[in-house]
Amino acid sequence: MNPKTINKFALNTIKVIAGLVVIILAFLIGRILIQGVPHISWHFLTSPSQEFVSGGGISYQLFNSFYLLVLTLLISFPISLGAGIFLSEYAPKNWLTEILRMSIEILSSLPSVVVGLFGFLLFVVQFKLGFSIIAGAIALTFFNLPLLTSNVEQALNSVSDLQREAGMALGLSKWRTVIKVIIPEALPGIVTGIVLGAGRVFGEAAALIYTAGQSASTIDFTNWNPFNAASPLNWSRPAETLAVHIWKINSEGIMPDAAAVSAGTSAVLIIVVLIFNLSARYLGNKLYRKFTAAGK
Amino acid sequence: MDVGKYDLNDTAIMQFDPKEKEMALTTKNLQVYYGDNHAFYDGSLQFERYKITALIGASGSGKSTFLRSLNRMNDGIAKVDGNIWYRSLDINSSAINVYEMRKHIGMVFQRPNPFSKSIRENITFAVKENGIKDKKKLDEIVESSLKRAALWEEVKDQLGSSALALSGGQQQRLCIARAIAMQPDILLMDEPASALDPISTLKVEETMMELKKHYTIIIVTHNMQQASRVSDYTAFFHLGHVIEYDKTKNIFTFPQKKATDDYVSGNFG
Repeated sequence: MNPKTINKFALNTIKVIAGLVVIILAFLIGRILIQGVPHISWHFLTSPSQEFVSGGGISYQLFNSFYLLVLTLLISFPISLGAGIFLSEYAPKNWLTEILRMSIEILSSLPSVVVGLFGFLLFVVQFKLGFSIIAGAIALTFFNLPLLTSNVEQALNSVSDLQREAGMALGLSKWRTVIKVIIPEALPGIVTGIVLGAGRVFGEAAALIYTAGQSASTIDFTNWNPFNAASPLNWSRPAETLAVHIWKINSEGIMPDAAAVSAGTSAVLIIVVLIFNLSARYLGNKLYRKFTAAGK
Repeated sequence: MDVGKYDLNDTAIMQFDPKEKEMALTTKNLQVYYGDNHAFYDGSLQFERYKITALIGASGSGKSTFLRSLNRMNDGIAKVDGNIWYRSLDINSSAINVYEMRKHIGMVFQRPNPFSKSIRENITFAVKENGIKDKKKLDEIVESSLKRAALWEEVKDQLGSSALALSGGQQQRLCIARAIAMQPDILLMDEPASALDPISTLKVEETMMELKKHYTIIIVTHNMQQASRVSDYTAFFHLGHVIEYDKTKNIFTFPQKKATDDYVSGNFG
């Protein structure tokens, strides 16, 4: 074969493989949406779930998912920002840093069910937190932290060293240069990473089954005192999320409309994650333009 | 041609009489090491105030290394021994507050590196960090710095727009404006025009001629025409040694050393 034919052959092979991936994805998402979307209604989104009769909704699960996500980000973002800044800007190039970086990589490849069992043994049992949102949020932090840290580190690394030199040459300390020059420039990348990570956290089930629990305790949406057990903001109540709800219905659901509830919940989950992904792109682009083409 | 044939210790370094001329900066026995690599040997040079001094030499001759040592940009990268005298202070000593020192000795880099902020913020940013918050004062600084860097006329109507939208030459002049907004005594320039087109280069050179009324400039350049056009004094660097230091006119017309002669006449390397 001549080079031209080989090239054509290779290109077509790659096209077929890429097409295959798209088809599988489109089939999965399409199937979930086609089966689930008809079941989504205002009633479905705003009423509590039922265990034995049909007509249950997902209001608690939906709220729990978002609340858990917010708590997880509140815990994991500051830590990963600090760790990312350290790794990118300050860490000396030595074996200790390498071990640290390797630990983060290993942590990021831990199966989420292991994270869940670890969280169960340590936080739920040992620290007596019980099945609770806070135990779930801490477990998800373990799950989210390594990815977020690498993301922050990479976003900071992608900022040119020329910018660091510019700050230093103007008599700024390293810290001020990082805070006022490097982080603003890396912000689009950091925000994109957070939102994409949020999508992963939002869809996580295995790590939560053993930590946040599988029951959706009754929530009183008129009570916003976080120390009241019925309050939505209470973090020591067990809290089933959307993903756990799907898992539970499919493994032990006995309500008559279990299949429809499961499909509807899946569709809601997928839509939310899609929104996260799209908004990550939008936000990233917008921030990038704001900080580079500063059209003010 | 064998570049190793020159005697690196056969040097001709001009000495000023500090009683007659005012020195902005004086280095004494400056040595730079990158790990085990001895990159620069024994530089003792005096830089006269309000003059432009050019550092020329082939790649790897140590001129940029030398320049970056002068405002301690090599801290943490290289080990620098010797003294750098600035206003009766040895700024190479560990007791020196390098951040404060860099406000007096500014630097412009080879590649334009404006912050991805607006033109105005590029200039006011470090000034504000330095404690000047008064809006009127900041506006004055923006205008005067841009005027001195010969950029004001081109950008005065778009101060709020991004610095990254400027051309390379404009960006470099913005970087000069940003450096002089800190009101330094000395400006170090590391091949400031090497990434620019000829027209932008000329603009930057004109800017430098203007700037030397107020600042002492030390410039590293690969471009010998540039050195001969703008500088008052020239130091020729070769393999980590300063071979010759003299008035620019002498370096380019009657160099005393063979290495210098070969380099400026293009018979080198």
